[in-house]
Amino acid sequence: MLPAPPLIEARTVVKRFGALLANDHVDLSVAEREVHALLGENGAGKSTLVKILYGLLQPTEGTLLWQGAPFSLRNPAEARQRGIGMVFQHFSLFDALTVAENVALALDGNESVARVSDRLAEVSRAYGLPLEPGREVWRLSVGERQRIEIVRCLMQSPRLLILDEPTSVLTPQECEGLFATLERVKAEGCAVLYISHKLEEVRRICESATILRHGKVVGNCDPRQESAASLAEMMVGSKVAPARHDRLTTAGEVRLAVTGLSLPSPDPHGTSLREVGLEVRAGEVFGIAGVAGNGQDELFAALSGEMLAEAAGTIRIDGVATGRLGINARRLMGGAFVPEERLGHAAAPAFRLSDNALASGHATNGFVQRGMIDRAATRVWVERVVKAFDVRKGPRDPEAKALSGGNLQKFIVGREILRNPRLLIVSQPTWGVDAGAASLIRQALIDLSRSGAAVLVISQDLDELFEIADRMAVIFHGRISSPLDTEGLRREAVGLLMGGAGFAADAVDEAA
Amino acid sequence: MRIVLTRRDDAPAWMALVSPLIAVALTLLSGAVMFALLGLDPLKALGVYFISPISDGWALQELAVKATPLILISVGLSLCYLSNNWNIGAEGQFVMGAIFGGWVAIATHGAANGPWVFPAMMLAGMLGGAALAMIPAILKTRLSVNEILTSLMLVYVAELLLDWLVRGPWRDPKGFNFPQSVMFDKEAQVMRLMADGRINLGTPIAIIVVVIAAIMMARTLKGFEIRLVGAAPRAARFAGFDEKRLTWTVFAISGALAGLAGIIEVSGTMGQLQPSVSPGYGFTAIIVAFLGRLNPIGCLIAGVVLAITFIGGENAQISLRLPLDVTRVFQGMLLFYVLACDAVLNYRIALVRTGGAAA
Repeated sequence: MLPAPPLIEARTVVKRFGALLANDHVDLSVAEREVHALLGENGAGKSTLVKILYGLLQPTEGTLLWQGAPFSLRNPAEARQRGIGMVFQHFSLFDALTVAENVALALDGNESVARVSDRLAEVSRAYGLPLEPGREVWRLSVGERQRIEIVRCLMQSPRLLILDEPTSVLTPQECEGLFATLERVKAEGCAVLYISHKLEEVRRICESATILRHGKVVGNCDPRQESAASLAEMMVGSKVAPARHDRLTTAGEVRLAVTGLSLPSPDPHGTSLREVGLEVRAGEVFGIAGVAGNGQDELFAALSGEMLAEAAGTIRIDGVATGRLGINARRLMGGAFVPEERLGHAAAPAFRLSDNALASGHATNGFVQRGMIDRAATRVWVERVVKAFDVRKGPRDPEAKALSGGNLQKFIVGREILRNPRLLIVSQPTWGVDAGAASLIRQALIDLSRSGAAVLVISQDLDELFEIADRMAVIFHGRISSPLDTEGLRREAVGLLMGGAGFAADAVDEAA
Repeated sequence: MRIVLTRRDDAPAWMALVSPLIAVALTLLSGAVMFALLGLDPLKALGVYFISPISDGWALQELAVKATPLILISVGLSLCYLSNNWNIGAEGQFVMGAIFGGWVAIATHGAANGPWVFPAMMLAGMLGGAALAMIPAILKTRLSVNEILTSLMLVYVAELLLDWLVRGPWRDPKGFNFPQSVMFDKEAQVMRLMADGRINLGTPIAIIVVVIAAIMMARTLKGFEIRLVGAAPRAARFAGFDEKRLTWTVFAISGALAGLAGIIEVSGTMGQLQPSVSPGYGFTAIIVAFLGRLNPIGCLIAGVVLAITFIGGENAQISLRLPLDVTRVFQGMLLFYVLACDAVLNYRIALVRTGGAAA
């Protein structure tokens, strides 16, 4: 007897976006009841491939097979009819509506909200995904929102569930819950395609893996038989060295002191800062951990001076009250800043690198004399950054958007570090960056701190903080926990804080 | 079926220069078709329209007189548009400049005035234009009111104010009841540069403005700020630039330049205030700004092109008996083709069958 054909198979799928080959003759096959990992760095073509499997994109070439028979998907509705469900990295939920209303909107039929609400309660019980159908979405945590998306898929009794980077927004404890759910989903006879770049969790829950690099399949394996290092090597194509990190011997004087900083968020769905207090000393890397959307953006804006504090004394750099000073005044005091968003915030996409160097350095780098720009000086500066940080850029002075994410990030971090700042505040330094660039940037942050600067890293990547931070605190609902020494720190302890345990009761109330 | 536009990232830089040339060519071609349909010899009609305005010295002087306000206004508008501030009300700021500057001339009428009157008028005209332009700027930054609507609606306020003034308080008592002010004194008129034509000091002023603006945009931090705020507002905030203050600045500059154009027009070519002082310079300058790629030098060239359509339209009225509306048709076609060429050159256009990708 022939073995059963795989549930879904992609054969020599090619997807071209203009000049970019996002998927280059990719083969993928997922068996029935299998938890299959799709591994790869950012930009390896994982999202493109699953969008094709979900009918959001049409392949340029290649065929899709469902239980051995060729088929095509013109849109996601057809995918759902076939039994393919997908949970996206970024949720599509209406904040003002209830859980049941959101689910009813997304279902293809026209069931009444009451009926949907009953079925939803049933499914969420069956899979151990507690949800209250009548609650408005804005009251829910990110983890709960993800549950809505998962339950929404499960209500359509899928044969294949696709999850795109599901744990990137979860605390370690919430991840455990998700893994338990996936076990149950599998037991019910559904296959799972699990997209991730986190190797440990893939090794734990996946039975097989397809590894993509630069749009091509570079390997298939059983991740349970591999080590994290060997998976990483396949993903990246070379060995990745963890950052070299001498233990901090002597902490210097306090460079950045924040006390009682409260700041309402200008965004109605943002998170206001409440009584934030922290100290970053010369010579150390201080990490701020936390799940996305807990006030990280507002904290960065307040510390950089893009948003002014209400009282000057709440933020002090080297003891000087700077809460009411703008970003350039803080730069002149030795501050340097790297925001999370590369294109559009840290850099203007359509501007050349030299103009982007001018943007953050016009107050401090001597690029401007009596209002006139010294273009030659900006170009020299670009060359210095490029050389020191190994930025691969092609033409002499390309537009920022022409660089890959990793190279642009190296440029953006490099342009600040080369100024020898006394204080560097950086948000998500390696988000969406290839492993080579990430390790270079992390090393640069450590080296900067060891040369005597204070470095504050806001990151949602807990592995990153454990790798580079000397101390860390957790941000939750706009509040910051007391600092913890990284040495000897257990991940579970940080995870509990990220979920709100240990914060003042009123903060947790608001979360619930 | 639906049409999908996807941006070409590989559009070469020379396209930005070629695109307006193609637009001009297409306008001429469509004009030829239009003339043929009207029963005219297309070549002869186009000749009247586009060749006669540049055929002799007198015509060239007229061209300069018409191009001057267009250039002055469009340079200011370019700064606004580059920084994402949509000032559509230059026509009103032009009129307000004429009113403020005209007031100086009327108030000093008949007194033995020194050479200070002319600069004072220019200054007052700039103040008037800037003051009117600041209203939409402040409404935008304080109350988030859409500046397109407010700046446009203020055009009618300025026009009606001028209308009332020349029919009422500022009417020339010896003017046989015509709705117009007194003729300005000689000191209050813009200096003519030639004995036999109407070209005046306004044209060199416009060229100086173009040069200053070109240097500002290319070399100064302020020019960089204008471009950055328009292209990436969050990156501009990260660079420490104050978007609101910049909105005020560019509205003030563009209002001042429109006002300057207004007082130059009134004191240079009319010599008095009349109920209407502009054939639509403030609106045509929007076309000039875009045809000129929001670049000061580009505005200089595009201003001359659009001035040709004004004069050609007048010539066509006389020698071809065509209505003046044909001028509007040409200007409209030109703007349409400029925008269309940009779209076609910068975007890939594809027909997609509906029911396909929903992304």
